Amino acid sequence: MKLNRRAFIGTAAVAAGTFAAPLLVRADGHAKPRVVIVGGGAGGATAARYIAKDSAGEIDVTLIEPTRTYYTCFFSNLYLGGFRTMDSLGHSYGKLAAEYGINVVHDWATGVDRDSKTVATAGGHSIPYDRLILSPGIDFVDGAVAGWDVSSQNAMPHAYKAGSQTELLRAQIEAMPQGGTYAMVAPPNPFRCPPGPYERVSMVAHMLKETNPTAKILIADPKEKFSKQGLFEAGWNDHYAGMIERIGPDFGGDNVEVDPNAMTLSIDGEVTNVDVCNVIPAMKAGKIAEIAGITEGNWAPVNAADLSSKMDENIHVLGDACAQGDMPKSGFSANSQAKVCANAVRGALTGSTVFPARFANTCWSLINTNDGVKVGASYEATDEKIAKVDGFISEVGESADVRQATFEESVGWYDGIAADMFG
Amino acid sequence: MSSLKRIISPVAIVAFAAVAHADVGGDAERGEDLFRQCSSCHQIGAGAVDRVGPQLNGIFDRSAGQAEGFRYSEGLERAAAGGLTWTYESLDAYIKDPRSLVSQTRMSFRGFDDQQDRDDVLAYLRLFSDNPQDIPESAPTAAAVDHEVAPEILAIIGDPAYGEYLSGECTSCHQTSGAASGIPSITHWPSEDFVIAMHAYKGGVRQHPVMQMMAGRLSNEEIAALAAFFEDIE
Repeated sequence: MKLNRRAFIGTAAVAAGTFAAPLLVRADGHAKPRVVIVGGGAGGATAARYIAKDSAGEIDVTLIEPTRTYYTCFFSNLYLGGFRTMDSLGHSYGKLAAEYGINVVHDWATGVDRDSKTVATAGGHSIPYDRLILSPGIDFVDGAVAGWDVSSQNAMPHAYKAGSQTELLRAQIEAMPQGGTYAMVAPPNPFRCPPGPYERVSMVAHMLKETNPTAKILIADPKEKFSKQGLFEAGWNDHYAGMIERIGPDFGGDNVEVDPNAMTLSIDGEVTNVDVCNVIPAMKAGKIAEIAGITEGNWAPVNAADLSSKMDENIHVLGDACAQGDMPKSGFSANSQAKVCANAVRGALTGSTVFPARFANTCWSLINTNDGVKVGASYEATDEKIAKVDGFISEVGESADVRQATFEESVGWYDGIAADMFG
Repeated sequence: MSSLKRIISPVAIVAFAAVAHADVGGDAERGEDLFRQCSSCHQIGAGAVDRVGPQLNGIFDRSAGQAEGFRYSEGLERAAAGGLTWTYESLDAYIKDPRSLVSQTRMSFRGFDDQQDRDDVLAYLRLFSDNPQDIPESAPTAAAVDHEVAPEILAIIGDPAYGEYLSGECTSCHQTSGAASGIPSITHWPSEDFVIAMHAYKGGVRQHPVMQMMAGRLSNEEIAALAAFFEDIE
């Protein structure tokens, strides 16, 4: 394979100058190809950065993201456990705009016109694209948990999009009476961050053990098994014996109703008074994917090689929102998919070399102080899906040194992926 | 960033000129005993302060002559200005024979002749450095290792453009800026070190599961491409 080394060195500054103009909707016949990206998380921010960086000013990149400070969902459980501050999870889009020349639009994408190839925003703009990349994350399935809807999320937070919900949940846990009950309604598959609910239980237990050691944790779970189950259950037994009770589907964990006014959780008809009720409903692709008409069921099916929608070749879908095959819905996965997608989109628009897709994921979880575990796999694109190639998982009974090293590695990963997303 | 490279490259030359020793995991407990020979001048650990010599917390990966408030010898100041950084090699050379590394240093220590002694002392010092690394070739504990990578594999000229694309798999964790916090920097690694390390993961010589998985599916050409990219990354 003979390849030309592209000179991208120093192009950030050039690009920044090129894109310094304020947002304006360009007329047809615009000289440069335009990529519009909806959603500035692990998928969208990474895709924006890589396309801008590697195209060296040849592609106009617009990133539509409503929040000015992005709080990562990954590591937000560590905030609940007292291991991170909320500030340490917050990231601005300043570098993407200033150093990479990305047109960052803080607005909600409310519509996609696939014929005219434009994205409508709540602010009234219509933004044209040659390629559209949707990375909207998740929304919740209406009616997934009886008695709960988003108007209940103050009484019963989901805290599954990081930020104010996470802070609310932590405040509620801190305010629990001694010996009180924290309940979690765990989601059915597939959902964002498969180990997430169970890492959260670990972090809540860690906090309660210090401040409220007679408190109880009750999990209603519709799934028979869950990610890293053996590792979590061994850790719970070691660190939080007697504190955590999980009710799976064999005992009605899939038959749940909540009453946010009475603060009760009913599992298979048995009603329990709870002090905190963390409801994590069933999930679906972020709403804009559905609005664009590229979903099938709850998710947006994509081709493995370039994350292009199976319903529209000019739209790509990254991360949690897409149905791609074997990869778990995680920030790491979205980041990995974004780089493959960025390479393919750039190739399609500028003729640059398109290399074969390759993907990887690793999910670290913290069970207790310096007790980190991980699971990961590598993946390849097949005609049918993104297919798993190889994988690994931490083992039960590893030494304290190994677990501490795993945790420290996760902290390094956080810094690494944040730099990879936001520059 | 080029200054970082200047710092690393001479160290790598030192490493390969030195007798190869595969194990950087010296015995820190034994090292603590040996450190008594140093402790008349140097403190380390909680509350350590400068005495005759500077305190040694965080010594790995620190530029020489950087202990705040400590007045260094001219010789050490000069070495520091020349880019001396305390890595496994430079510390190893320094505690073997201080004056051979830094002319006119005030460190009047006869040196540890025995490699095992030096490994053990360095293992002890390493306990007081942030972010102890787990990749022996990586700064700050970079050390030459024995390897069985065939010369024809080492001779492959990597394609940096392909390496740049492949590097996306690395940069989810390793920061291209060279910053390291729990995951080592691979920025500006000498490409031969990079190739040797990746083949060690691929061959299962090294145990890290993420790296074994990542390296496991890289071809010889892909490893060379990554090495070429990271060596000269801006």
